[in-house]
Amino acid sequence: MVHYLLFFIFAALAVAGAINLLAQKHPIASALSLIVVMGSLAGEYMLLGAEFVAVIQVIVYAGAIMVLFVFVIMLLNAGVEERSGRGSRVAVIFGFPAMLALGILLAWALIERNPANAPVGVGAMYGPARSIAQQLFRPYLLPFEITSVLILIAIMGAVVLARRED
Amino acid sequence: MSNSLSVTTFVLISLAKTVVALLVLMTCVAYTVWFERKLVGHIQNRWGPTRVGPFGLLQPLADGLKFIFKEDVTPPYVNRPLYLAAPMIALTLALTSIAVIPFSPAIRIGSIATPLQVTDVNVGLLVILGVTSIGVYGVALAGWASNSKYSLLGSLRASAQMISYEVALGLSLIGVLIYAQSFSLQDIVRAQSGLYWGFIPRWNIFHGPFPQIVAFFIYLCAAFAETNRIPFDLPEAETELVAGYHTEYSSMKFAMFFMAEYANMFTVACLASLLFLGGWNGPVFGFPEHSIPAGLLHVFWFFVRIVFFLFLYVWVRGTLPRFRYDQLMKFSWKFLLPLSLANIIVTALVVALRS
Repeated sequence: MVHYLLFFIFAALAVAGAINLLAQKHPIASALSLIVVMGSLAGEYMLLGAEFVAVIQVIVYAGAIMVLFVFVIMLLNAGVEERSGRGSRVAVIFGFPAMLALGILLAWALIERNPANAPVGVGAMYGPARSIAQQLFRPYLLPFEITSVLILIAIMGAVVLARRED
Repeated sequence: MSNSLSVTTFVLISLAKTVVALLVLMTCVAYTVWFERKLVGHIQNRWGPTRVGPFGLLQPLADGLKFIFKEDVTPPYVNRPLYLAAPMIALTLALTSIAVIPFSPAIRIGSIATPLQVTDVNVGLLVILGVTSIGVYGVALAGWASNSKYSLLGSLRASAQMISYEVALGLSLIGVLIYAQSFSLQDIVRAQSGLYWGFIPRWNIFHGPFPQIVAFFIYLCAAFAETNRIPFDLPEAETELVAGYHTEYSSMKFAMFFMAEYANMFTVACLASLLFLGGWNGPVFGFPEHSIPAGLLHVFWFFVRIVFFLFLYVWVRGTLPRFRYDQLMKFSWKFLLPLSLANIIVTALVVALRS
């Protein structure tokens, strides 16, 4: 019972943050709403029992990646977004039916694949770091190493792009 | 020791522990300020505060009253929501870390056995790292929302410094984790109980096979930089940037930043003593283990270590000059980071070869 309540609180917070991100005019306010979304997702992971992933989500996403976003917005002095009064007619004619169709498709997919007699319970996912490490270093070792190479390439690209021309 | 508490009992106990922890933390923050002023005064060959109460012990009370009665000025062109929220974020996060810090092992009061720790999460150490990561926002948003050159530059420098030293801080803790095999702070402290050869305590800086002295040094440097203390306090030095990110803040909001800085110092001192110096381990003089006198003795040993670290903080503040900004960043990325990686490699190698 408490779990349902907590789930809906975090879910509502995440959705509210996401909608607020689109609705805000100033980029900093949008970035802060995104931080709220990241935090609520961390709460959801915690409810699933994946405590390690939840805290890593806070440390990496909300604490490092979003700091990068906030820095960029502050340094580039991005101002308030200008909005002309009239919306786009194409968006209204094609947008609403498209959203409706997407919503119906999503609902159908979810109902088809996850019947109500096999829900994911609280604490169903890999919790402690030990379990995750055992998965990461035995069955999934190759993807892990390839991801490290990918990150190394990204770092080298960043260093090359940020280099001064002298 | 297993006990089944009802939900109401558990909630009540947790509430009581939270209130006590907050009161203890706020008192410690206030008296850390007194301690610093007295000690820096003596290092500089003068008395610190002596007039308000015996030995100036009521000085924090006077400071608090001053902050409450000061005029609260809000400059006109600030971004009001963020300007008001930033000190609250900083203070809230600084106070949150106390929730996972264990002051003693489980003690038994009547039929209830509970550790003197608000909550013992399995990933306690990572929670503190997460809170430190989010704490950067208090600083960054304060400077940006103040709409002033000094504030913006100060906050950018301070946040860049904080995120650079967070990396070294996190990596230096991995050696400790390899020995303790758990993220829970109670487990890490428990792994440091006992003595070698009867008199050398089994703290992580003496712990075989590879003593974590280097990690301790890295952790101390990174912690000094995270809390923006001398020698890493360029972002708030008065001669450099007026007052950095809290230039435009007055009275209660400035007091919140002030308290947040000292609460961060206290948290870092707690962590250093938990991870490297054995936490609450110490002789219990014959009292039975989970009784209240034993618990209080453990708290006492913990506070001895915390006071040692606070003394170290203030001693360094009174003695060293500050780093220039580029020296500071170079020190983090070119020295501390490779050194912490080397420490991890050597520790892991030694542990793997031994088992």
